[in-house]
Amino acid sequence: MKISFQHINKWFGKVHANNDINFTIPSGTIQGILGENGAGKSTLMKVLTGFYQADSGEIFLDDKAVTISSPEDAVMMGIGMLHQDPLDFPPMKVIDNFLLGTRGGLFPNRKQVEKDITRLSQEFDFQINPDSFVETLTVGERQQLEILRLLWLGVKVLILDEPTTGISANQKEKLFATLLKLASQGLTVIFVSHKLEEVEQLCSRVAVFRQGQLVGEVMPPYDTDQFVYMMFGKSVEVADKSTFRSEVPYIKLENISLEDYRLRLRDINLEINCGEVIGLAGMEGSGQRLFLRMLTGLMRPVGGSILYGGHNFTGRTYPVFQKAGVAYLPAARLEEGLIPGMTLTEHFILSEEHHELFVNQKSAIDLTEDRIREFYIKGTPASQIEQLSGGNQQRALLALLRNKLRLILMEHPTRGLDIESAIWIWSKMKERCKDCTSIVFTSSDLDEIIQYSDRILVFFGGLVSKPIDADTTTVDELGQLIGGKGW
Amino acid sequence: MSLEPRAGQTPSILKKSTWIDFGIRLTAVILALVFTSLILVIAKAQPLEAYKSILQGAFGTTIKFTSVIASWVPLVIATSGLLFTFTAGLWNIGMEGQIVMGAVFTVGAFRIFDETGLDPSLVIFLAFLAGAAGGIFWALLPGLMKIYGGVNEIFGGLGLNFVAKTAAIWLIFGPWKRPGVASGSGTEWIDIPFRLPYIPGTNLSLTILIIAIIVAVFTAIMLKGTHFGLRLKAIGKNDKAAYILGIPTTRYFLLAFGLCGLFAGIAGAILVTSKQYSLIPDAGFGYGFLGLLVAMLVNYHPIWSAVIAFFFAALSIGNTELQYMGLNSYFAGVLQGFLVLFVVLVDGVRKRLVTKL
Amino acid sequence: MDVATLTTLAGIVEYAVPVLFASIGENFTEKAGLINLSVNGTIILSAMSGFVVAMTVDSIFLGFLVGAVVGAIVAAIVAFSSITLKQSQVAIGFVLALLCRDLAYFLGAPYTNKPGLFLSKVPIPVLADIPFIGPVFFNHSLVVYASYLFIIIAYVFMFKTRSGLMLQGIGERPSAAFARGANVKALRYFYTILGGLLIGLAGPMYSLAVKIGWAGQLSGLDGIGWIALAITIFGGWNPLRVAFGAYLFGGLQQLGITLQSTTNIPIQILQAAPFPLMIFTLLLVNVGRAEWVDRELAAMPEKPRIVLSKILRALRTSPPASLGVPFENE
Repeated sequence: MKISFQHINKWFGKVHANNDINFTIPSGTIQGILGENGAGKSTLMKVLTGFYQADSGEIFLDDKAVTISSPEDAVMMGIGMLHQDPLDFPPMKVIDNFLLGTRGGLFPNRKQVEKDITRLSQEFDFQINPDSFVETLTVGERQQLEILRLLWLGVKVLILDEPTTGISANQKEKLFATLLKLASQGLTVIFVSHKLEEVEQLCSRVAVFRQGQLVGEVMPPYDTDQFVYMMFGKSVEVADKSTFRSEVPYIKLENISLEDYRLRLRDINLEINCGEVIGLAGMEGSGQRLFLRMLTGLMRPVGGSILYGGHNFTGRTYPVFQKAGVAYLPAARLEEGLIPGMTLTEHFILSEEHHELFVNQKSAIDLTEDRIREFYIKGTPASQIEQLSGGNQQRALLALLRNKLRLILMEHPTRGLDIESAIWIWSKMKERCKDCTSIVFTSSDLDEIIQYSDRILVFFGGLVSKPIDADTTTVDELGQLIGGKGW
Repeated sequence: MSLEPRAGQTPSILKKSTWIDFGIRLTAVILALVFTSLILVIAKAQPLEAYKSILQGAFGTTIKFTSVIASWVPLVIATSGLLFTFTAGLWNIGMEGQIVMGAVFTVGAFRIFDETGLDPSLVIFLAFLAGAAGGIFWALLPGLMKIYGGVNEIFGGLGLNFVAKTAAIWLIFGPWKRPGVASGSGTEWIDIPFRLPYIPGTNLSLTILIIAIIVAVFTAIMLKGTHFGLRLKAIGKNDKAAYILGIPTTRYFLLAFGLCGLFAGIAGAILVTSKQYSLIPDAGFGYGFLGLLVAMLVNYHPIWSAVIAFFFAALSIGNTELQYMGLNSYFAGVLQGFLVLFVVLVDGVRKRLVTKL
Repeated sequence: MDVATLTTLAGIVEYAVPVLFASIGENFTEKAGLINLSVNGTIILSAMSGFVVAMTVDSIFLGFLVGAVVGAIVAAIVAFSSITLKQSQVAIGFVLALLCRDLAYFLGAPYTNKPGLFLSKVPIPVLADIPFIGPVFFNHSLVVYASYLFIIIAYVFMFKTRSGLMLQGIGERPSAAFARGANVKALRYFYTILGGLLIGLAGPMYSLAVKIGWAGQLSGLDGIGWIALAITIFGGWNPLRVAFGAYLFGGLQQLGITLQSTTNIPIQILQAAPFPLMIFTLLLVNVGRAEWVDRELAAMPEKPRIVLSKILRALRTSPPASLGVPFENE
């Protein structure tokens, strides 16, 4: 199906998320959509799939003007989208996921659908059992399931939003092969990404977005420097790769074993030195979160011991760890890190230690104003935390960290942030490493992990690699390990 | 399940317009009056006459007026306790049972110290302590069950309400029954020296009035000015994040329950020493549930709770006058219920209008 | 088997019926992602209005109809406040629970202890003559037979039909359901009102069939609604397990009646008996979620740890993931 956008405009408040977008995607191609976070690519895709209505402009499908007023409309017209976090139902079975939302009589023909799933899986060389529960699948398998479902519904346009985040190298290869096959069968594939390499490898044409505008369309052969220039409007300054790792071990993990009802990690041994940064790589749900929570005392290991500066902390709780200088920055900022409904000032009062009964409003506001300046937070002391943008919330989280810390644990510290904020945040964190603070962090961005870590641990299905030196490894090597090769 | 009363995003422009706020509350009151009048018409009563007789019943004489204040006392104390749990994001629906337990322990203490010949004021003091202990004990149970058993405090509290009432009934009919035949009208009355004296010519004891004022002021200061209050608020809005920020949430949850239970116990002791003088099956008089309604209405503001509680107390006292019109005393509950219902609804409409602007 | 035992067993089957309708009604509401906390008040108000209407217009059918309508109206208020206005579901539900109860006691006062209509028993030919099974299951009023069908229909609808799948979808992950074409808000309204209608039916089931009559606050209905809510949790949001919970509760109530006639325990004490049990069952299904349990388990040696955590997980019930969370389609 041929898709044509004409003069699409979309505003969110004062933000012009799509600014007069005009371009055409011919049928049977793999169209890349490239751009930084916030460039407007997701907004355009949501307009195409009926999640948003454009403020002005028109969409043509095969040269016919259409109005897409809901996601259901989009599917009826043959447009399906695979969201970054697959929009499925984890506690339900694969077959029920397939059926949910389909039209037809009261009682669906389960036998037939079961056959269809098996047939489609075979066709694309996926292994999906109609009877297993979705929550037991990996993110990659859940994507495969969604793709099968959309094909089964008969979509002619398949949109994929950052599909390679959180899946293994194997699954990525398989995904790309599938997309090429689909395109050759005449399907239109729209591949939304901010990863240059993938777009170059896969797409037959690329549209580049920046700050709500379509800055250009590019055909192969591609020139990476040109892409970078188009995406950022300038060449990106490369973050510094300074290290403050000392030879003094501070934290010692001996034969640590972790368990939750899905995963078991066995016999982890590790020494974390003062000022060292350790990156945790792996597909989401491979045990990184358990590992981080163990280091904060939020989760108790089932075996082994944790030594902080020579003291045995095994079995201690989070407040004890916190007192010893451990801080934790969770990924879900508004759920676990900050308190919606409270102001910046109130957050700072809460985070500081105090000995008197009454709150000293004046000194709290002074402190808050200092931190707002120091951390470039766009907001006032009286701003409610949920009114800040994601980047500013992340800055606020950093500003809330106490002064003397020995270990900072971060989950996806720069997820959803623009590249400059990310570089700024890391420079701020590295400053702390100078004072002998160690950092352990997770990220699904391998470049970030290699860039900022001293050593890297790779997690795969309950296995944890030996520490890998970040200076000598490559994205490829890590990618293999994450995908389960080379263990 | 997320049952906590989380404050949603309240756009800041709202806070400035007190007049709009006032108008909105007024709309809710008018709507409530319209609906209750309708109910009165259905019950074949003259609405205006009914309201007039309620006013008469509440303010007609000094005795009646002081009865209103005497009824305001336990209500404002119960509401104060509930403000602590509300601020911590907890629905302490077990309040009623906690007041009952306060009364049970108070009466128990009087039975123990009755014959010891101790100074009556000392005995009263000890009985209040016992009542407080009873309230705290009964409030910590749902707290512990929530924290260590994962049982939502709404269900824990409700269950314990019924258990407390049953315990009172068992005592009344069993171990503490009146000499002669056990009766549902309660245990034997406590001795006269143990009863708090009324101000001459009124229905009100000065002691309980002073206690109520202390409790209300204490609550306002704790919640609005201290680190403790701020931390409770943080837990109420997001306990996970509060824990990560370094607030010992378990301890604060239990403190909130404990304070609430303390006030419930005091309310129970007040009801025994200044109103009923004995243990009766309905020893909480519904003050726990009424307190929940008041706390919901005042939306975490301790100062307002004193005002609203007074209004509710006046309704409950004035309402008894309706029996002369052939109506029963559930009318106050109907009017109070409609009031809270419309305040919740009208407030929701206001928020919706504002987000649309 | 002697007659007394058969009567007791038949009593359990009968007493479970209103609770069963209320709990499964709430099950529908909660599956869609809403909590209707007003059940206790709704049952009392619909019991009163059903009784009064049946008596004044001389129609049992209209009595049931009015009960259902009362339940639906109360649920509609809950839905409007929660879905459209996004107010706290607990607040609105709790206020309505109190308001409806007082309203029933206030408006119902003139009809207290008046003789009225009631559903008579209709033994089913042939089936009622089967030994044991006949007298226990097939010698009842029509509502009891309706309950058998209702359990099965509710279960099949929820887990086997297309609409049922969508119902699960809007409670689990409304954003995903929306992407698949669901009008999440409309469906939540629908299932909340449907649930309220079923809860409302429980009222006349008491006043016109199971606990015949209206006796104001002495009707013994206060508290049952809260039990019904607990049974929904105990039943893990599955109509079959919920029905099992309802029969358990029916058994307890029946036990109370038996004890009351054989001993001299005050009736109020027997009426409170289900509540500690309610707390206990909630403890049982929820304790596996508590943080300290995880910590204690982690400190155990491997074998008992695995066994214990398996037991805890088997007992545990998980609510629909978006229960109580408002939805906005972006």
